[in-house]
Amino acid sequence: MGFAVVLLIIIAAVALMAVGMYNSLVTLRNRCDNAWSQVDVQLRRRFDLIPNLVETVKGYAKHESGVFERVTQARTQAMGATTPKEVGQAENVLTGALKSLFAVAEAYPDLKANQNFLMLQEELAGTESKIAYARQFYNDVVMKFNMKQQVFPSNIIANMFAFKEKEYFEIGDEAAKGPVKVSF
Amino acid sequence: MYEQIARNKWKSAALVGFFVVFIFLLTWFFEYLMGWGKGGLVLAVVVAMTMAAGGYYASDKIVLGISKARPVTKEEFPYLYNVVEGLAIAAGVPAPRCYVIDDTATNAFATGRNPEKAVICVTTGLLDKLNRAELEGVVAHEMSHIKNYDVRLQTLVVVMAGVVALLSDWMLRSFMWGGGRRRSKSRGGSGGAEGILVLVGLALAVLSPFIATIIQLAISRKREFLADASSAMLTRYPAGLASALRKISADKEPLEAANKATAHLYIVNPLKDIKGAVNKLFSTHPPIEERIAALERM
Repeated sequence: MGFAVVLLIIIAAVALMAVGMYNSLVTLRNRCDNAWSQVDVQLRRRFDLIPNLVETVKGYAKHESGVFERVTQARTQAMGATTPKEVGQAENVLTGALKSLFAVAEAYPDLKANQNFLMLQEELAGTESKIAYARQFYNDVVMKFNMKQQVFPSNIIANMFAFKEKEYFEIGDEAAKGPVKVSF
Repeated sequence: MYEQIARNKWKSAALVGFFVVFIFLLTWFFEYLMGWGKGGLVLAVVVAMTMAAGGYYASDKIVLGISKARPVTKEEFPYLYNVVEGLAIAAGVPAPRCYVIDDTATNAFATGRNPEKAVICVTTGLLDKLNRAELEGVVAHEMSHIKNYDVRLQTLVVVMAGVVALLSDWMLRSFMWGGGRRRSKSRGGSGGAEGILVLVGLALAVLSPFIATIIQLAISRKREFLADASSAMLTRYPAGLASALRKISADKEPLEAANKATAHLYIVNPLKDIKGAVNKLFSTHPPIEERIAALERM
């Protein structure tokens, strides 16, 4: 009798723990999705800014059509990417193309004084840093989620219910990782 | 981190509780002297509750009002908004509203009773003098205060300690100069009134160090170091904040809209009068050199 009660209590405790672990895994997975949608919002925002930027630069530098083409192409490609890995690679190309666009703008003093261009430049810089922060937040959450699936004892639950590890959002190019050089 | 949040919430609740008791006792005592009896007791409860609720819900507006801050739109300061929104994403909190103080001094603070209702306020001087990495460091520091619920406690301290100090000062004066005459008319027996006067004086004398203690609640060197560390974690670039702190401390201009009650809110003491060992002991902020050194070790 006493033994049965003890056994029952132990089973109940284990079941309760399992439920807790399962729930925290689900919570973390939802948090990952939410963090990814944050990244997505900022990426879309950047896609929306690019046509305006291209139009503004075109008004001053008609002859640089090669650069415009490259930016537009990179944008289309980036918009089609879905998984974090694809997005990372496409973003890399897009960032490079945008850099050459701004390099072109450097040669036109009138353009650099244009109020609209300055505003777009600030918006783009702001959005890029937001992408970086959203990426950082996403990667932190993914790390927590993946860790939970690897450590004992929650890995048992993760295996039982076939939780999958999430992909990190990585940008290959070192230079694209944000401001490294700051002059004081 | 979570421990810090729990402690801040507990301290805030304790502060509001103390405030209610204090206002209740003060009002009730006052009405007792006026001879209002039982009705006065009910009124005292109502007054205490109303003042506490008002203080709790309006504290951020009061602080912004004292500091002469004005709300700004994204069109007006896109740069500031982009930095704030970016760091809100990094911290995983809703983007706070932005306020600006038109002053060439360099400083910043955050207020609000929870992360959903938070406000980040910077001076225009800060926006002019810092570059993007530095501004991000400062905003991230304020963002950590918001996330840790430091802002709730610090904002409540400004308002509630302010009201307590103001009231005890006012009561003391009114008893000393005017109250005696009125009371002797309504209650008679000047000997009793005399004794009460002494009691009140004593009580208020006891209270003033108590008020100082409340303000000490909010002032914690650890709190600033923790916010600096979290700022570095958010931006992943401690050198940005370190350089910002260096620039702010090099700027000797005091902020006109700041005073002793609000000084502890700011990222760097806005009064700029820290000198000598005694001041270091009682100052609201740890010395900037120590903060910069800690950031540079990261």
